[in-house]
Amino acid sequence: MSLNQLTIAAARDALKAGDVTSVEITEACIAAIEGADALNAYCAKTPEIALEQAKAADARLKAGDAPAMCGIPLGIKDLFATKGVGTQAASNILAGFKPEYESTVTQNLWDAGAVMLGKLSMDEFAMGSSNETACYGPVVNPWKVDDRKLTPGGSSGGSASAVAADLCLAATGTDTGGSIRQPAAFTGIVGIKPTYGRVSRWGVVAFASSLDQAGPMTKSVRDAAIMLGAMASVDPKDSTSADIPVPDFEAALTGDIRGKKIGIPREYRLDGMPAEIEKLWNDGIAMLRDAGAEIVDISLPHTKYALPAYYVIAPAEASSNLARYDGVRYGHRAKLGKGDGITEMYEKTRAEGFGPEVQRRVMIGTYVLSAGFYDAYYNRARRVRALIKRDFDLAFADGIDAILTPATPSSAFGLGEMASADPVEMYLNDVFTVTVNLAGLPGISVPVGLDAKGLPMGLQLIGRPWAEGDLLNHAYVLEQAAGFSAKPSKWW
Amino acid sequence: MSIDIDTARKVAHLARIAVPEEALPELARELSGILTFMEQLNEVDVEGIEPMTSVTPMRLKRRVDEVTDGGYQDKILKNAPDAREGFFAVPKVVE
Repeated sequence: MSLNQLTIAAARDALKAGDVTSVEITEACIAAIEGADALNAYCAKTPEIALEQAKAADARLKAGDAPAMCGIPLGIKDLFATKGVGTQAASNILAGFKPEYESTVTQNLWDAGAVMLGKLSMDEFAMGSSNETACYGPVVNPWKVDDRKLTPGGSSGGSASAVAADLCLAATGTDTGGSIRQPAAFTGIVGIKPTYGRVSRWGVVAFASSLDQAGPMTKSVRDAAIMLGAMASVDPKDSTSADIPVPDFEAALTGDIRGKKIGIPREYRLDGMPAEIEKLWNDGIAMLRDAGAEIVDISLPHTKYALPAYYVIAPAEASSNLARYDGVRYGHRAKLGKGDGITEMYEKTRAEGFGPEVQRRVMIGTYVLSAGFYDAYYNRARRVRALIKRDFDLAFADGIDAILTPATPSSAFGLGEMASADPVEMYLNDVFTVTVNLAGLPGISVPVGLDAKGLPMGLQLIGRPWAEGDLLNHAYVLEQAAGFSAKPSKWW
Repeated sequence: MSIDIDTARKVAHLARIAVPEEALPELARELSGILTFMEQLNEVDVEGIEPMTSVTPMRLKRRVDEVTDGGYQDKILKNAPDAREGFFAVPKVVE
């Protein structure tokens, strides 16, 4: 096993024991990245920064001052502002943008001694489920079963691909409708979206502010617990950051879920669901039952309306958030013709800078917020959202500890295969994950098995608000029972 | 509710995105498709339900109204496509 294949937990223990240095692990990752251009996961490589941080981490380790993430090399999604390092949200409209500040999440990670290998590609402004809307071109899934190139999912596709291909020990992701959990499922890794407000959004390029939440994408549930602890904080710079102390998530991994109640929502059993996904779900139910949990059929009656509500609310918030990209303060400005005024500057800049999916969503958002339609679409969607949240509240009030569902409606599909599809068909990728963002709950995707083609499939566990520790423990039990250890064979 | 070409043109302008005239029919078709998908929300009985404004039941934090940050004009202007004499520069605005 080479050092870039280590988990965070294994690297931490080896670093503390003095068996290995952060520089050695970092060099192994840099070499792996250099040999993986075919995956197109990294949109910016920062080996000099990485080696400098690794040396500093080794000094801290030597001095005995080593938090859990000290010396751990990470990839950072292009959505996080990193001081002096290009941050583009995979959009041409932010071409050349180098922030003068650091996001709270990445600052927390660097303060804990973590090492930055580079920035990871994603769908433009986190809008997409296949990583094909990135201005850097599509990211490729390291999993391959025939001559097709597969999507790693999206929007955190670069993060998923990099973690699955061992181009880092772990990566940051963000999740607005499933953007951590869907790519994690498509690449056989673990991804958790914490409770809304657990992780600061400050310095994370905003898509839909009431739904966005950052989280770790890792090779194991234990790693997710360790890294989430380092990312989370109470942050005065984010007014929605909750004043709730960050517990020791790793300590919650007892492996004991006896007597816990696991809800199985009947509305998630979709017509036309592939038999393999159905079987995976049933296997997961059996695993948790065997571990001593009680399985309870539950109803979340408004599930069906989550996707349409999401595709009103998210574009509405996006149209407001993306108004700032106007060619004045940062990024791209269109070349103007003679006589062009400020309106032409805005319109040409945004037409050139935003890709087709971003333009579509900004316009949908503009429409649903416009006079005459605000009540019919936006306010109605927010009322439906309240009902979706109430469904979960009632389930938890009935004593449910966690909810088990599939993570995605299929395994990874081929790049380009959805090109001629209706935009709405692509939106269906989020059908199992989007409810969790609307309700603000924590959700985690755990790899549980391979389909007949040999591609990974994941299950999702949904937890009570602020109970990430308990949720991670359920995920830990599922991970141990599933024993998923498959890795993509190297072709790149 | 379907979007016609005039509405598509108006939405594009409100969003400040230049859309060439020949692209408007396709845009109108796409936007209509997405809106049709949203029409499902009309099936839901939302009588007496307040629109959700906060994800978690918490009051927005308050703080003393005082200056806590600032004083770095050069950093603010550093990424601007056109900055002159301490200002953002834009084309002449004539009303």
